Amino acid sequence: MLNGLSWLKPPRIRGGVHAEERKANTATQAIVSNFPLPKKLYIPLQQHVGKPAEPLIRVGETVLKGQLLAYSQGMISAPVHAPSSGTIVDVNDYPAPHPSALPIRMIVLETDGKDQWLELPEIGDPFQLSPENISLRVGAAGIVGLGGATFPTAVKLNMGRENHIDTLIINGAECEPYLSCDDRQMQERSEQIIDGVRLMLHGMETHHAVVAIEDNKTNAFYAMAAAARHFPAIKVMQIPTRYPMGWDRQLIRYVTGREVPVGCRSSEIGVTIHNVGTAFATHKAIRHGQPLVSRVITVSGGAVGKPMNVEVPLGTLIAELFAFCGVDSTQTARIVMGGPMMGDSLPHTGLPTVKATSGVLALTQAELKSTDEQPCIRCASCLTVCPAGLRPVDMANHIKANQLDAAVDIGLKDCISCGCCSYICPSNIPLVQYFKYASGEVAARQQAQHKSEQTKKLMAARQMRLERIAQQQLEEEQARIAAKKERERLQAEQETAAS
Amino acid sequence: MITYHKPASGAHVGANKSVSQIMGQVMLAITPATAFGLVCFGWPALFLFLITVASAVLFEALCIRLKGRPAKPVIMDGSALLTGWLLAMTLPPWAPWWIGVTGSGLAIILGKQVYGGLGQNLFNPAMLARVALLISFPIEMTTWANVSPLFFAHSPSFAESWQITFSGLQNLDAYTGATTLGYIKTEFSQNHILPDILQDYSALQNFIGWTRGSLGETSALLLGLGGVWLMRQNIIQWQIPVSLLATVAVLSGIFHLLDSNHYVSPFLHLNSGALMCVAFFIATDYVTSPNTSAGQCVFGVGCGLLIFVIRTWGAYPEGAGFAVLLMNSATPLIDYYIKPRIYGRDRQGKPLEIPKP
Repeated sequence: MLNGLSWLKPPRIRGGVHAEERKANTATQAIVSNFPLPKKLYIPLQQHVGKPAEPLIRVGETVLKGQLLAYSQGMISAPVHAPSSGTIVDVNDYPAPHPSALPIRMIVLETDGKDQWLELPEIGDPFQLSPENISLRVGAAGIVGLGGATFPTAVKLNMGRENHIDTLIINGAECEPYLSCDDRQMQERSEQIIDGVRLMLHGMETHHAVVAIEDNKTNAFYAMAAAARHFPAIKVMQIPTRYPMGWDRQLIRYVTGREVPVGCRSSEIGVTIHNVGTAFATHKAIRHGQPLVSRVITVSGGAVGKPMNVEVPLGTLIAELFAFCGVDSTQTARIVMGGPMMGDSLPHTGLPTVKATSGVLALTQAELKSTDEQPCIRCASCLTVCPAGLRPVDMANHIKANQLDAAVDIGLKDCISCGCCSYICPSNIPLVQYFKYASGEVAARQQAQHKSEQTKKLMAARQMRLERIAQQQLEEEQARIAAKKERERLQAEQETAAS
Repeated sequence: MITYHKPASGAHVGANKSVSQIMGQVMLAITPATAFGLVCFGWPALFLFLITVASAVLFEALCIRLKGRPAKPVIMDGSALLTGWLLAMTLPPWAPWWIGVTGSGLAIILGKQVYGGLGQNLFNPAMLARVALLISFPIEMTTWANVSPLFFAHSPSFAESWQITFSGLQNLDAYTGATTLGYIKTEFSQNHILPDILQDYSALQNFIGWTRGSLGETSALLLGLGGVWLMRQNIIQWQIPVSLLATVAVLSGIFHLLDSNHYVSPFLHLNSGALMCVAFFIATDYVTSPNTSAGQCVFGVGCGLLIFVIRTWGAYPEGAGFAVLLMNSATPLIDYYIKPRIYGRDRQGKPLEIPKP
């Protein structure tokens, strides 16, 4: 009866942009699997949200492919495995795949060229395993969210069991321009992905999954729908092509109509979301006992001679990836890890690919957004496109005036850095840059304030201690004097008594 | 390997719509109406147009130079050109040259640069200048030339036109008259009723723009088409034009139904080019209108209401300029009270409650 009023409800998609896709040149060719094994692999100990893994191998040790190199530390963490067989030559600090390229701890593996797997355990019917056992195995395989968030998957499966999830959403939106690794995987590995989804459902004790795929990927949709046809628990649906459709909260609202309150995890409203690549990795881990040691990466951009999706061992240097794909370094104006909307610019190619690397782009100057910043004309495009409902222009103005608290008050912390505002701005104002700067600055100030408060507390405690000691000494002194007087008095009395 | 690296946040790619392209598209949208006006009112209109636009650009350059910055990049954004253009469109076509120059000076210096330049001004510069001119020079600003197209027999020659613009023409009354709305206002003051007043009114001529009026504001048709094109190009949104025009239509409709002898019909209101110009090109000015869709609707309704009130009961036959300026001053207030709701929060900014299963 109330369906007639459905238009009164808030819209299911808010904001967003339709960026030029530029996916065709990679989405139409098969995933390349003959990437030459690199001589050396640089494997960071932190490729996930949470605590870094702790190495348990020594330099000089030989390892087999899939062997555990570093174990998970604490509640939220993930282990790291050997992406190939060979010798460990170093455990030390090397530049991180991050805009700063600051050094982080990595294990360096010199490959022996044999790419020899560890003996993998025999696995029977995984649906006979307990759900707890599924998440245990997923955790042991080092699987993290492969869409880029890199949250340990096992933790999410556990939270799913605890929170009684009614809908598992499998994110096949792949809304970032250029990237097509999920698209290709859905086309070529649909059976395995659907199997992974079933295993996830089992691990979370959930009975309903929705695979959401943007409607610009019809081949992937048909492949996935065909693979899922025997499993009524899994629904494959098309969603509109509109960046950032793959933002978990946007997708949750579109698929379920529910909005995740600020400060809550989606599991608290009965929804969990996993990426298609994660589902594939889950399939491999549970069915074949293989830990996460490689991933599919889109290499694209105007400076790439042979753009492609390629499966590479984790820890492969971008330089080797670029050499394989024929990147013209003279044409490369910017190297981006991830998609062009949210990805990070990297200073050089001597950095390894990690579990989060969905793509590496070599962009030419012509592809880049102009950096010629002009005054804001208050066109309000940034408000219109913001999927989070923020006012980017006002936030940026506050930040420019160094009123960071005011920026926080109007929603800085709700910004997801999706880049829609920067993308659309006709005045080329680097809005996201302002927000990232301000977020960092706010955190630094809070830390500094915390430190100064801590120092003040310590100072006050010391002052009190000193006063107490002084008081004590004073009292002791007075007691001593009193005792002395008493002694003298007694002596005098004795003397008078004697005389 | 790239050695020089300046870290940059996303988005690394961008929509290819720059400020100057936006300004350019707005100019394209007003070109047909302007060209039609220039044809209708001949050489004097062309002189005035060129003088107004050129002086707007010169004043802009002067201000930028006074700030000690290179003027060229700022001029190239096209905003001063557009301001001058819009101002020229709203001037009486045969106004003397100094009206154009004074107007441009008011628009660029007082209307824009004293606030800090592009994007900082509270009021629409063109409307500010027009209203200031109207109050200061009521005679020049309400002398409306007859339609006298280029090269027609009764139209002024080039030499006469030069005189009209630069030294003032004697016996101007022979060439001028009242606008439709002005005529109605005068007749009302003599207690005539609408059916009598509008005996000679041709809706079609007004629609096309073959009538007395401001330089580029006579043709409701061409202005409306330009506006619709701008909406299709996604340069302006529908909220302000639609809410403004709808408000004028509804209000005038109600009053016309109640008393058709004394209240002008909504068709006559909407058939005025000035209203179209304001609805599509003046009220939609990014800088001086609210940021949110809801705010823009409030703004449009406010403009429409004020336009109707001033046209109907005010001393001026045309109230669009005043209406827009008044609503411009309310824009910060509207933006303060009408804000988008943040995802996962309620309107007050508190996190949403977790729904009970």
